[in-house]
Amino acid sequence: MENLLSIEKSRSGRRGVRFEKTKQPATAYLPDDLLRTDKPRLPEMSEFDTVRHFTRLSQLNYSLDGQFYPLGSCTMKYNPKAYDKLSALEPFTRAHPFAPESAVQGTLQILYELQEMLKEITGLAAFTLQPAAGAHGELTGILTVRAYHDAHKNNMRTEVIVPDTAHGTNPATANMAGYTVVNIKSAPDGCVDKAVLQEALSDRTAAVMLTVPNTVGLFEKDIREIAAMVHKAGALLYMDGANFNALIGLAKPADFGVDVMHLNLHKTFAAPHGGGGPGSGPVGAAAHVAPFLPKPLVEKKGDVYTLRGKMPQSLGKMKAFYGNIAVALRGYCYLRQFDAGTLKNIAEKAILNANYVRAKLQGKFNAFFDVNCMHECVLSIDPSKMNGVHTADVAKRLLDYGFYAPTIYFPLIVPEAMMVEPTETESKEMLDAFVGALEKIYEEIFSNPQLVHDAPHNQPVSRIDEVSAARQPNLKW
Amino acid sequence: MFTPHTTQDEKEMLAAVGVSSVKELLSQIPAELLYPALHLPAALTEQRLTAHMQSLSAKNKPLTSFIGAGMYEHFIPAAVPALSGRGEFLTAYTPYQAEASQGTLQTIYEFQSCICALFQMDVATASHYDGATALAEAVLAAKRITGRAEVIISSLLYPHYKEVLQTYTHHMGVKLVEACPTDAGILDIPALEKQISAATACVVVAQPNFLGYLEQVTAISRLAHEKGALLVAQVNPISLGVVSAPGSYGADFAVAEGQPLGNPISFGGPGLGIMTAKKAYLRQLPGRMVGVAKDKNGKRAFVLTLQAREQHIRREKAASNICSNEALCALNAVIYLTLLGPEGLKEVAELNLERAHQLAARISRVPGFSVNTAAPFFNEFVVTCPVPAAQVIDKLAEEGIAAGYDLGQTCETMKNALLVCATEMRTEEDIAAYTRALEEI
Repeated sequence: MENLLSIEKSRSGRRGVRFEKTKQPATAYLPDDLLRTDKPRLPEMSEFDTVRHFTRLSQLNYSLDGQFYPLGSCTMKYNPKAYDKLSALEPFTRAHPFAPESAVQGTLQILYELQEMLKEITGLAAFTLQPAAGAHGELTGILTVRAYHDAHKNNMRTEVIVPDTAHGTNPATANMAGYTVVNIKSAPDGCVDKAVLQEALSDRTAAVMLTVPNTVGLFEKDIREIAAMVHKAGALLYMDGANFNALIGLAKPADFGVDVMHLNLHKTFAAPHGGGGPGSGPVGAAAHVAPFLPKPLVEKKGDVYTLRGKMPQSLGKMKAFYGNIAVALRGYCYLRQFDAGTLKNIAEKAILNANYVRAKLQGKFNAFFDVNCMHECVLSIDPSKMNGVHTADVAKRLLDYGFYAPTIYFPLIVPEAMMVEPTETESKEMLDAFVGALEKIYEEIFSNPQLVHDAPHNQPVSRIDEVSAARQPNLKW
Repeated sequence: MFTPHTTQDEKEMLAAVGVSSVKELLSQIPAELLYPALHLPAALTEQRLTAHMQSLSAKNKPLTSFIGAGMYEHFIPAAVPALSGRGEFLTAYTPYQAEASQGTLQTIYEFQSCICALFQMDVATASHYDGATALAEAVLAAKRITGRAEVIISSLLYPHYKEVLQTYTHHMGVKLVEACPTDAGILDIPALEKQISAATACVVVAQPNFLGYLEQVTAISRLAHEKGALLVAQVNPISLGVVSAPGSYGADFAVAEGQPLGNPISFGGPGLGIMTAKKAYLRQLPGRMVGVAKDKNGKRAFVLTLQAREQHIRREKAASNICSNEALCALNAVIYLTLLGPEGLKEVAELNLERAHQLAARISRVPGFSVNTAAPFFNEFVVTCPVPAAQVIDKLAEEGIAAGYDLGQTCETMKNALLVCATEMRTEEDIAAYTRALEEI
């Protein structure tokens, strides 16, 4: 049976929630030409029907709570239930951004302390919690770079250098900040090719955007030399910290020479992803760049926390209000529940889990770079040696075995890539089960390749023709 | 501990990897960078953490709020958080594997459908960060579409939206020009007519505007279109239960802060950026969209579609860099709209209208206070006080009331002006208490 849309279940006159009746109709208050005349085509359902409808929809999802979700670069680690509950305490959810500051000191104190803890973890001089997501953090960071160069009259700096391993958001971000993107090829070992970078650096370079650890799961081993090269050229080093889970407690970006970076509270700091957001992408800056961060920041004046400090050199505002607070509260809970030693253990276990999966799959699904990895391993397959089976087929077949699929076809430099990030919260038993499923799929590729080609077999729908959706877009009822 | 590894597990796993310690796996990190000193607070148990967070939450004072200015307190039916809080929704990622994410995908499709119905627009995206960034992205799209660089914005946009717009556009060759208001608190139409020209990419209007008043949007739309400019409308979604929808007056893009639809205020975030457009601009829209597809057996299925606009495909040529959005807030909104239906939405909008007008009428009877009622308003309006608004706010805070938004912070000449909002949450008793407190000033 097809899953009906709410509008297909709708029956005229059915009602969920009711409100009090007004004394007078809208015509008593508004002129006719401003009044709505049509009835919007929204579903008409009882509350019970609505509850059933959305409960059913929730069951058509794989989720971290239900399944192993080894989505590379996404850090699908357990999201503690306590943080959901505590971030939803009514005094937090009811706090209005324009309430007198004396009425929101609890929220402000948390935000201030979170800023301070992120500074300590990264070694950077200042942190803003304003950005709403990772890509928003990138844009914030690159506009911070831009404000820095503008203040130093570096108007000729119009380029941002991005390695070909970068997330698509990096080049898109640089473009959105008005910069020209200079893409550079990585070295055969998956890291930045210093000679290529040197070639690309010039007095036109505003910044270099590096993901550390990078998207092939490797730490940029020459990071300090790279930073020195970037600085010598008069540019700034931007670090995409989406993969910071592998470094937390193990190393501080400020020590590498990073000038600006973002973190993802919805990855490294255990806030849930919500099916695609809200996230939170705090941005940190070294002392010389900090004055250019977006305004305001939470400051502490005596015993009082305030957002009213002056930031005359700030780039401006990135978002209407100061960040995705409900997500920031969860990040704060995480950092209060785990001390420095535990964070270090978390990073180590994330690295151990990724390497364990990599080692166990060797010989069947090999890592593209045959070295120890950090938080994720990037596997690659050769369809010509696997009965024409592609990465997408393996990914869909994994769904049949009850596992969400790894990130596929990324990074672009790895052919038929499968990026596996187990995270530290998965047990050895779960990793063994996942490896076991991939081993079975490997056997199937040779014994019954059609089975793999045709996967998935037990999902709510079978393989979707994605192109069919784009041809004649149907985007609403 | 957060990690499940037993000592035995760790031993076996290290052996499988072929190393004797995790440190050996870190050989790519220069040794002198490894294991820096890290000074963080001592770890709290869940029980201690709970007490700690409760005590911090108690530092926030509960005020009966008459503040709006972009974030509005509305009733959230219990079913909304109960459903959206289900782990199957909450802990899923972006629905990249469509076959295993049909639930999330269908909710987004239903969200887009409800929003299009409410706004009378052709297409809606899956969501943006908030109303301000949605507005900025719409303006950037208008520039790309028209090839024109000048953008006329209502001076009565929320000031914080103007700031975000400035940040997003000033490196992109956009010139922002403000259109001025009349004393009634709405745009001056004859003056606006003179400003719009063949160089104008779009006119940005807020309905209701920052001061709460409803603009003559039909006239503004006509003026923009006469000169080949687009109309970008920023609206309050709850108001659309009674106020004419942006599609009905020809908006090319309509954006909104969707927080009022079933999402708490949470000190301003997460918000819910709503972005809608006419069909013609579909391929200029930034951000995710869900469409209907077929699976290989011909069964209806939902997928992320038109991804060729997006950063992971187009990289620096993408319409925007947006990746994560506010999916869970959009889920709250679609559950809210499904529970209310067309009648419920009309009821709640009417209730806002009535409570705000009751409040305005009562305030206007308080000696020394006057209310601007020269233009129609929805749930927010301007009060001129006999003393600086900041004083009124301080005084009422002592009575447990958040009096409103001090307009003096945006404009020196409005020092005594207070922006006051009443949603359906404010009872007649709350309104009476508010005016009693004003009488003591």
